[in-house]
Amino acid sequence: MKVQMTVNGADTSADVEPRLLLAHYLRDTLGLKATNVGCDTTSCGACTVLVDGESVKSCTMLAVQADEASVQTMEGLSPDPESLHPVAAAFREEHGLQCGFCTPGMVMATVSLLAENPTPSEREVREGLEGNLCRCTGYHNIVRAVLAASGQDPDAVTGGGHAEEAPSGGVEAAPGFSTGSGA
Amino acid sequence: MIPVGFAYERPDTLDGALALLAEHGEDATVLAGGHSILPVMKLRLAAPELVIDIGRLAELNYVRVEGDELAIGAGTKHRTVESSEVVQAECPLLAAVARTVGDPQIRHRGTLGGSLAHADPASDLPAAVLALGGTVVLRGPRGERSVPMTGFYTGVFSSVKEPDELITEVRVPRTGAAGWAYEKFTRRANDWAIVAVAVVDGRVGLVNMGPTPLRASATEAALAEGASIADAAALAAEGTEPTADLTATAEYRRHLARVLTKRALTTAAGA
Repeated sequence: MKVQMTVNGADTSADVEPRLLLAHYLRDTLGLKATNVGCDTTSCGACTVLVDGESVKSCTMLAVQADEASVQTMEGLSPDPESLHPVAAAFREEHGLQCGFCTPGMVMATVSLLAENPTPSEREVREGLEGNLCRCTGYHNIVRAVLAASGQDPDAVTGGGHAEEAPSGGVEAAPGFSTGSGA
Repeated sequence: MIPVGFAYERPDTLDGALALLAEHGEDATVLAGGHSILPVMKLRLAAPELVIDIGRLAELNYVRVEGDELAIGAGTKHRTVESSEVVQAECPLLAAVARTVGDPQIRHRGTLGGSLAHADPASDLPAAVLALGGTVVLRGPRGERSVPMTGFYTGVFSSVKEPDELITEVRVPRTGAAGWAYEKFTRRANDWAIVAVAVVDGRVGLVNMGPTPLRASATEAALAEGASIADAAALAAEGTEPTADLTATAEYRRHLARVLTKRALTTAAGA
């Protein structure tokens, strides 16, 4: 089946099998390798791209579903290495990466998040990136990068962001252990 | 992971989709956002001969106030349900529950009708619509029919929807300011509920406490008779048949149902 879509502003088309996933269309048909396939089960978000401006996991979308759509990948975000997109620049500045595998997905999810919520709180940043896993567990600097990209102070990061939901007393959650209070 | 090969149709109209379903229903799978069916196809637990993509039917994408009810097109995405000011004002539970589905990327694609049709007992939205006393509207070759959520599900991943029928609309009462709460227990971000409890206007829906979403009938009856929240919540697991899996034993799920019901009822009561 023939698909046509705009990818990073350029018209593309190819004859594809309906079962071809969008991630593989981008990587294998078009040769755009920034979009990574990590878990392949809709969990990790390394394959996140924008389809008509919204973040999606391209391993859980068929290329034919994106027919006639506008797709943006990390390559299209900063075509010129000398002038990085503000989100990419913030990830570099705050070192929002370790091995870098999750980074394109993190950056694209951030672009989508900031389009919907230009000045998110730390908690909203963590919730907004809930669909993206970093197996280096480098989340701290990623959250700093997102805050910086939104024009906020990255030093405001507390490292939590879910404080009001944290258990109030860890010891109470472990039955069989006395707190020693004698109460 | 790559699905088994299939033929693909993307009808332009609802009637076109229904005609394809009438012809191929048993061999076809309907795809809306694809976030329930594509993972199953990638694991090759499903291998339909034909995929009918209804993801672009504007006819199925709407939120309307109609009398005492909110009518939501089956193709409405979770992100729309979550952020719609109409849903937030008229049925805040539904907007809040939509916000707990997966993560932003999943909510950008997944649809309300798709979630209900998939009939996963761990899904958030079916139990919420059940607690709301909502209705599913189905259309097929024999015309249109409305099925109350109380009678919609027949078992795990199964409902009274026939293979040639399509969910076109979900109708829920306008609850407005009535007390509501959703308590969802998971072990990690964007995961399925181990157990979740939806409370609205004295009704209680349970997620993952049996092969289908359930109402906590004993709790609801106790509340109606004036029992305290604590006493009513203690009955939340009565009549349920939770399964055991890697995340929880059946008894732990019963415990969670009681604890989460108490929390949800307390929140809903504004206490």
